[in-house]
Amino acid sequence: MPGRSDVRRRLAVTLAGFGALTFAVCLLAPLVGSTSIHFSRVFDRSIPFADNVDAQVFFVARLPRVVAAAVVGAGLALSGVVFQALLRNPLASPDTLGVAAGASLGAMLALTAHADFTLLGVSVVPLTSFAGSVGSLAIVFALSLARRRGTSSTVLLLGGIAIAALLNAAGRFIQYLADVTETFRTVQWLMGSLDVGSYAPILASLVPFGIACIGFVTLPRVLDLISLGEEAAEARGVDVVRTERIALVSASLSTGAAVSLGGPVLFIGIIVPHMVRLIVGADHRLVLPASALFGASFLIVCDLIARTIIAPVEMPVGIITAIIGGPFFLWLLFRGR
Amino acid sequence: MLLDARGLSFAYRRGAQVLDDVSLSVPRGSIVGLIGPNGSGKTTLIRLLNGTLSPARGSVALDGVPLATLSRRDLARRIAVVSQETHVTFDFTALEIVLMGRYAHLGAFALEGPDDVSIARKALSATGTTALEGRQFATLSGGEKQRVVIASALAQASDILLLDEPTTALDVGFQFEIASLLARLNRDRGTTMVVSTHDLNLAATLCTELVLIKAGRVLAQGATGDVLTAANIRRLYGVDADVTFHPRAGHLTVVPLARTE
Repeated sequence: MPGRSDVRRRLAVTLAGFGALTFAVCLLAPLVGSTSIHFSRVFDRSIPFADNVDAQVFFVARLPRVVAAAVVGAGLALSGVVFQALLRNPLASPDTLGVAAGASLGAMLALTAHADFTLLGVSVVPLTSFAGSVGSLAIVFALSLARRRGTSSTVLLLGGIAIAALLNAAGRFIQYLADVTETFRTVQWLMGSLDVGSYAPILASLVPFGIACIGFVTLPRVLDLISLGEEAAEARGVDVVRTERIALVSASLSTGAAVSLGGPVLFIGIIVPHMVRLIVGADHRLVLPASALFGASFLIVCDLIARTIIAPVEMPVGIITAIIGGPFFLWLLFRGR
Repeated sequence: MLLDARGLSFAYRRGAQVLDDVSLSVPRGSIVGLIGPNGSGKTTLIRLLNGTLSPARGSVALDGVPLATLSRRDLARRIAVVSQETHVTFDFTALEIVLMGRYAHLGAFALEGPDDVSIARKALSATGTTALEGRQFATLSGGEKQRVVIASALAQASDILLLDEPTTALDVGFQFEIASLLARLNRDRGTTMVVSTHDLNLAATLCTELVLIKAGRVLAQGATGDVLTAANIRRLYGVDADVTFHPRAGHLTVVPLARTE
């Protein structure tokens, strides 16, 4: 296979391809909607912004939503890649590790308690869900420290599933005690929504997401080596303990940022990395950036479907991702080697 | 001494001593065999020798420098390890697995260039796996996997190779192939090796020195011809065996006869 060995060229092609896809999707998605607008008018500098309805729809009504979808999609996909590589298990994801459940519990507590204040322009629900996701990952992190004493990554994954079940049970109990309006709001939040309204919550989520990205940048090659096993990675020169710390902290910040912004959008964290691996191969230097770009594009398109398919009524985006993700997940489980 | 271990003791759990006061010296250019029953501590000793585990007592020195003072990357440039089995999670090709051996020379950010690919291809060629270059590692047979993993260790370009039961999963044909590959590497590249094995005849062919380990302690050590005796095999495994020089093979051979205990 010529070219297969040339990682520099493959990286350039991958970045160019997925980058172009993401750019095109970001530009085209805001053009579609109940009010039809024209590309040429949106970017027409001769009309003042205050009079340019097309530009207002594009930049004020629709673009925040597209940018939010990009951040949530990229954040979940990146954490999915990192969890799968770190636990050496293709089924690991923010969903299966209890991170999404922690975020949901946090949000539910705020919604049910009618906590209604804002901190630096960010309302309380994103803050509590961020705390919930980071909190549940702290438990996973503690479990991974236990792994140093001989627990396997399978045990860690099962531990994550157990924590997810516990947190979900706590969430259901709160819902059971809550009244109908609160339950409706909670359910709506749980299905995921990218209707962020303005750029403020996006900017807030970019702080933890940005910190996470600094961590992610150091990871691709060491994740390749860790998929050979911890001992094999150490023998080849990887500081495994340090890598695990950076990876878990980055992935939890990234998940927290994504879930607090868009709700626990299902399946992105698990299917996007696998779709990308089918296209670019296993090398994480390609998989990690490509997953960020593809996760962003994928969620933008899913959200586009969600807000147009039964317009004027809007579907929760989590339903669309689950409808696409569920069958894909089953195919992944049952495909022959 | 290239690699020198003094008074190593280790326990994974309190009270369950795996190694107790083990000392061994690995001279440059030698092939040292670690022989002992299952659970005697051979794998743990290999982990201590490459610094992936730290001993509770004692120390390991590489060219007189304690391992504890060297970084993981510095160590990986000097010592490569071939473990018993390698499971790979994702669909990496054989060449990609071999290129991972270059990490210690490149670090986390450098992308491997033509030089690294040429080193990797030489390693594939040395292990007779050139034809497998583009194959998914997970689809290879046990013998093919083991040879690709050895190629990955060769790409690491270290002067010491530690091998943990490299032939256990292999049929007799591949056992011969691996043994002759290791002998060739030792002869042509001067690679120093420590090999743990259950195959006494492999040890007799390959190793210049043997360390016999039972229940975490050294039972005997020295030149292969001096240590590989019927008496030692009885003490080590509780097996009565004939140890004779085989004129056609050109080395000692061990024929196990009966269990004595």
